[in-house]
Amino acid sequence: MVRVFLIQTRAEMLKFWRVPAFAFFSLGLPLIIFTFFGLQHATQPLYPHAAITVGTYVMASMAAYTVGNVMVFSFGMALAIERGQKQDLLLRASPLPPAIYLLAKVVNAAVFALVALTVLFVFAHFTASVNLDAGTWVTLAARLLLGSIPFIGLGLGFGYLVGPNAAPAVINFVYLPVAFASGIFIPVNQLPDFIRGLAPYLPLNPFVELGWNAIGFPTDRAVSTDVLYLLAYAVGFFALALWAYRRDTAAKFA
Amino acid sequence: MPPAIELVGASKKYGNFEALKNVSFAIDKGSLVAMLGPNGAGKTTSINLMLGLRRPTSGKALIFGDDPRRIATRKRFGAMLQESGVPQLLKVTELVELFRSYYPKPLPTDQVVKLVGLEQKANTLVRDLSGGQTQRLYFALAICGDPEVLFLDEPTVGMDVEGRRVFLRAIRDFAAGGKTILLTTHYLEEADELAERVLVIDKGKVIADGSPQEIKSRVAGSKISFTSSAHIDAAALSGLPVSASDVSDHRVSLMTNDPQAVLRELFRRNVDMSNLEVRGADLEEAFLSLTGGS
Repeated sequence: MVRVFLIQTRAEMLKFWRVPAFAFFSLGLPLIIFTFFGLQHATQPLYPHAAITVGTYVMASMAAYTVGNVMVFSFGMALAIERGQKQDLLLRASPLPPAIYLLAKVVNAAVFALVALTVLFVFAHFTASVNLDAGTWVTLAARLLLGSIPFIGLGLGFGYLVGPNAAPAVINFVYLPVAFASGIFIPVNQLPDFIRGLAPYLPLNPFVELGWNAIGFPTDRAVSTDVLYLLAYAVGFFALALWAYRRDTAAKFA
Repeated sequence: MPPAIELVGASKKYGNFEALKNVSFAIDKGSLVAMLGPNGAGKTTSINLMLGLRRPTSGKALIFGDDPRRIATRKRFGAMLQESGVPQLLKVTELVELFRSYYPKPLPTDQVVKLVGLEQKANTLVRDLSGGQTQRLYFALAICGDPEVLFLDEPTVGMDVEGRRVFLRAIRDFAAGGKTILLTTHYLEEADELAERVLVIDKGKVIADGSPQEIKSRVAGSKISFTSSAHIDAAALSGLPVSASDVSDHRVSLMTNDPQAVLRELFRRNVDMSNLEVRGADLEEAFLSLTGGS
């Protein structure tokens, strides 16, 4: 079982790293956005007498954006492509246990997200003089990786609902506006009124709050409340994914 | 011991369409069986039931008496499917390694790659393989677990002559180890070349089951067609060695294994004929003679 899992995970990783576009969007794009939003006034306090700098705050925001993006995209795109190429057909006739198939994808995505985070942290450290103590770096990364579980559900949902050609557009069309409306790029209090009321209830808002809280930014809600929100979203998104999976398989494998 | 493969009163409906109608047959361990039939006859549906990819509307599909949906059962068979896909961004050996890992006692990767003749392409990405090479890769994935039962759905489709030759030899090599193999085809000659038993399936039913020789003797090899100004009725054609006939407007089609005898008799009876044509029957036509066709 362990051997199957290791070989399956290795295959997932090989497939993944051989798509340069995905590596660019996951690793490169956050750095570019960080350059735009984070480098100006990078070392200045975020607000008068704040202990955190602008660079640190923007880095935490981009870290949440990156991890969420890796989860939604890796699951959404991979499944849409696999369904599009009818890879599910041969896999279902094979003795691969579905749990191992899924777990390998989770591990692959988590490793990739960790690499993307590391790249971002190193970049922010050297270009924006972001300095955190070791425990804070680890807490930030660990919270975002664990807190990203609902986005796996969302990615799975996309993967079973959308075709391979439409998937990148549809996922971006949903993920990017939600990221904006959740205060990842622009603080919530600077968003238009009608979005500001909605923002706290969007899935990426409690998620990015986990990151902000880790670096010492005073968030609107307590961490425990953010976790509850994310748990609720996890239940919702995995229910969506299960429904979409059943809808997909009922047509093909009934 | 239960048969290696078994359908028990299996029916399958897609909406109102009955793809398979109460089909029963059993295939013993160690035999090489071809399922022969035209497109849409129910061959792929039968395979999908046996693989557990689809559920029978009624009846059962069993592998060694077990439900093919169980992981333990699936470890005992390998499959090559029509129109299935595999990851395009893995290399040939990587993909074979991956599928091997699913089975308890797989064959060595090198041996599998060699058996299907892909040694030169071992480090090539799947997406860079030709159609025939991809087809052989699918075969490699089906056999790499050294399964007891092998399902091959239209395995030679899209293969060139050389690829087909290598492939048929590989199937024979694999079968020599006491494996049970069920393959579908719509080429009678392919079934004849490989199998010791042929199941002919048409319109969701098994219409013939026997050795390739038996099946061949029952299938019409030639089609005679002509136009006649005279009215052709059953009486005009009675006594001719034909297995099926069709008259529409003034065009007459006859299926036969003895075209010379039929023509001799038609000339003797002075039947008016123009636009006379004699050619080998294709499978769809050959089946008319098995179904008694109209």
